[in-house]
Amino acid sequence: MSTSQALIGKRLRQTLVAPIVANNPIGVQVLGICSALAVTTRMDKALVMGVGVILVTAFANLAVSLVRNWTPNNIRIIVQLAVIATLVIMVDQVLKAYLYEISLELSVYIGLIITNCIVMGRAEGYAMQNPPLASFLDGIGNGLGYAIVLLLVAFVREFSGAGKVFGFTVLPLRNEGGWYEPNGLMLLAPSALFILALLVWLLRTLKPEGQEKD
Amino acid sequence: MPKTDGTRYTFLFATAIAIVCALLIAVSAVGLRAQQEANALLYRQKNVLLAAGLAKPDEDLSEREILKRFDERIKVRLVDIKSGRFVPEDKQDARTYDQRKARNDPDQSRAAPPNPALVSRLPNYGAVYLVENAGKAEQVVLPIEGMGMWGTLYGFIAVDRDGNTVRGLTFYDQKETPGLGGEISNPRWQALWLGRKIYDASWEPALTVIKGNAGPPEQDPHRIDGLSGATITSNGVARMMKFWMAQDGWAPFLRRYREGTTG
Repeated sequence: MSTSQALIGKRLRQTLVAPIVANNPIGVQVLGICSALAVTTRMDKALVMGVGVILVTAFANLAVSLVRNWTPNNIRIIVQLAVIATLVIMVDQVLKAYLYEISLELSVYIGLIITNCIVMGRAEGYAMQNPPLASFLDGIGNGLGYAIVLLLVAFVREFSGAGKVFGFTVLPLRNEGGWYEPNGLMLLAPSALFILALLVWLLRTLKPEGQEKD
Repeated sequence: MPKTDGTRYTFLFATAIAIVCALLIAVSAVGLRAQQEANALLYRQKNVLLAAGLAKPDEDLSEREILKRFDERIKVRLVDIKSGRFVPEDKQDARTYDQRKARNDPDQSRAAPPNPALVSRLPNYGAVYLVENAGKAEQVVLPIEGMGMWGTLYGFIAVDRDGNTVRGLTFYDQKETPGLGGEISNPRWQALWLGRKIYDASWEPALTVIKGNAGPPEQDPHRIDGLSGATITSNGVARMMKFWMAQDGWAPFLRRYREGTTG
């Protein structure tokens, strides 16, 4: 009895932890790239976006998993989409009520969580086959994996592009009387592409089993 | 395992999901509306302070601080846009007046004449924010709006006592592309407006946004650098300036303001 419980615990823990590094949705599965380019100019934006995706993925997985045995197969994608869209609108409403100024900048991208491949991918690929608790944890894990990559990219971009970390000046800028000449490219979307590519390279070098066969 | 592939069942299930989702959205929208509206009002007041230079863009202001500064330094008055005169204070309360709501109310607004800024309706009354220092008028913050690329841009322009010099500009509501047209919210670009003149020697609106770089305000008083990669947004800003600084917009008020005949 106790061993079987420990086993389930271990499996569930694996469900939660695996997507953070070993099976990272951005780094290994290369999903959800589009929003990773857009919201990574500042770490505070990346954090809010990351938390949003964690919540949406977790609760979408939970809801989809709860109704998975009653969902007609031929409308399952639409049902998933309705669930995800509902959650995303709720996240947007909460942001507007409690983090108004961040919501002004993020609202456009929050709406795009609906189309984030990670959310759909986990709902269809995991939650439709697995029980609610495991699905919920899988959602948190994948959201965390996404959030961590977002924060990493945002750290590089904000640090080298604006000399700041979470909005606090670390390297005083030359045009504000300091010495650091910021790298303007880092604030534009293409830089996120380079940083992400380097991250994917790193992850795949460390874990060669993730590489595609030529 | 329930049988889930019948047409009837599919319709029932879809309806149930739709109702549950709609309920959740309605509850969150209605439940949070008061808080959201309070936020929007506070943010508008903060932008009035920003336009008037009474708050700095990088200042982290608390809710209390914003309200305190707003109450101390700013007086809201309603202006009859057509005549440019103040509306008597006992006629309507300026502090609770919602210009955007009034604009959509046929009893409180009229259709705007066709204009390139694509302003479709004009409210009869506009709310202006008077900044006074020791009882003397210093500057006035005027609301402006006009079509950008993806939607209407809402902003404030602060005009000096002379009714001509720009003292500040902000946009508090816009849906332009972040990084391109969205740069109209960048304080560095907004700072370029300071010291420019709205009107030329014959009091015609001359303020505009050009492609490329404009000189310093002393040599190039009417032109502001356009935003690279955002021609449509830049043109939108230029058109809304032209509209709001002309006869249908704030020109009658600004004339009275500089002459001291606002009534």
